[in-house]
Amino acid sequence: MEPILQIQHLTHTYGVGTPFQRSAVEDMSFDVRDGEFLGVIGHTGSGKSTLIQHLNGLLRPTSGRVLLRGKDIWAEPKKIRDVRFQVGLVFQYPEYQLFEETVYKDIAFGPTNQGLTGAELDRRVREAARLVGVRDDQLDKSPFELSGGQKRRVALAGVMAMEPEVLVLDEPTAGLDPAGRENLMANIRDYHRNKKRTIILVSHSMDEIARNVDRILVLKSGHVLLQGTPAEVFARAEELLSAGLDVPQVTRVARALRERGLAIDPAVYTVEALERELTALREGGASC
Amino acid sequence: MLKDITLGQYFPGDTLAHKLDPRTKILLVVFYIVALFCAKSLLAYGILALVLAVCVRISKVGLKSLVRGLKPVVFILIFTGVLNLFFTPGGHTLVQWGVVRISAEGLRNAVFMVLRIMLLIMGTFLMTYTTSPISLTDGLERLLNGLKKLHVPVHELAMIMSIALRFIPTLIEETDKIMSAQKARGADFESGNVIQKARALIPILVPLFVSAIRRAEELAVAMECRCYHGGEGRTKLHVLKYEGRDLIALTLGVLITAGIIALRQFTV
Repeated sequence: MEPILQIQHLTHTYGVGTPFQRSAVEDMSFDVRDGEFLGVIGHTGSGKSTLIQHLNGLLRPTSGRVLLRGKDIWAEPKKIRDVRFQVGLVFQYPEYQLFEETVYKDIAFGPTNQGLTGAELDRRVREAARLVGVRDDQLDKSPFELSGGQKRRVALAGVMAMEPEVLVLDEPTAGLDPAGRENLMANIRDYHRNKKRTIILVSHSMDEIARNVDRILVLKSGHVLLQGTPAEVFARAEELLSAGLDVPQVTRVARALRERGLAIDPAVYTVEALERELTALREGGASC
Repeated sequence: MLKDITLGQYFPGDTLAHKLDPRTKILLVVFYIVALFCAKSLLAYGILALVLAVCVRISKVGLKSLVRGLKPVVFILIFTGVLNLFFTPGGHTLVQWGVVRISAEGLRNAVFMVLRIMLLIMGTFLMTYTTSPISLTDGLERLLNGLKKLHVPVHELAMIMSIALRFIPTLIEETDKIMSAQKARGADFESGNVIQKARALIPILVPLFVSAIRRAEELAVAMECRCYHGGEGRTKLHVLKYEGRDLIALTLGVLITAGIIALRQFTV
């Protein structure tokens, strides 16, 4: 199947011709498959934020191309807005973008810009609100009356309501408490399961990535360091650690056990998998 | 488009222009402005342009970034130029075209006015490019210290200025972020008539004000937590001190300004 997004030799240089010139993304190439849940992980300054702003045409590549369903998004610069409806981008701390008088109107901002009205608009807004867990009675409130976590959900709904084919989330759970994090991630997982739409999740929490995504892309100083399924990526824990990144806690436990002589797959990244490994080991040991 | 705002921007460096005392630089800019307004002849403007060129050379600030600072005032430049060119009364007529009339006097005024504004802006920008906002306000506070006797709240004004300067880049960044976020939701800032364009600003301005007020509150709390109580008895981390180079720079500044004023006597 054709990848939904193809990034080809993408380079972005900031401040060309000033003393501050530097490349945030350099010759980066990778594909995003249709319907997958892709995790992007990297240190601060690894180019994550610059990269995702290229996916919906907020930034224009210094060189290289971004293809959406095989078509260069900058083929017709005048139609870049259509790309933004197809690739929905939720920034870090998106609650600062709220501005309308009511939550309902704020969620409706994106779909209205798409030209939707009437019943379809209403359906989109209510569905998006439901997906992120915003209650009906909150729709008529001012977004500024809500708590931080609720504001975040409203902002997320504002992008989901555009029903983009690809949803890009930049650290959606940053700054939330543990319960809020898990809750929001569950909403995002539900969205992925029900809508079968592609999601790109940027995060620097390895645990969050490990628990949710189908495939991981590891960035380091503007380059793709590793990519593959979580099992493939976490099997190369040394490379991750040397890039200054973490591995999930469970993987750390597994590696420590392995170092003490237990025959455990070092690439386990969920509690369930580790439990299976350990049970198998005990039963295997008992039979000797 | 927001990248064009260069006010308050500072290019770090280690040149003579960076090392001069901020008070010296402020005084030099004042001298330069006085000289600009006293300049009457092409020779005077030539000297002043040369002075600026030498300063730019010393500071190692790219001419490009200095010219970029002129971008926001291009409209004013054109407006001033055109106004002077066509509406200067009297003088020798160069071109007469119906009611439109260009006189030698008008041409002269237009060229001088445009030159004056350009040099003024570039000269001022050279100072802000080579002086960090903190030392700039520090210098200003020290220069105006005498006014405290007249109950002018010099320290408070300097603090307001340094906070304002400090937050310009932050607010620009914030505006950029909000614009990107709204663009990602399909906001369109470029097309439509004036009213539509003004309406399109609401999704930017509302969040911007909300966050600016929030920032102000947080800053006030942070300052009070550290017992800020105004300028009374407050000491400085970096005490400003005039050096030999400041003396030389100031002497040169005074001489050039005096020279320009003297030049007025010899030209009509």
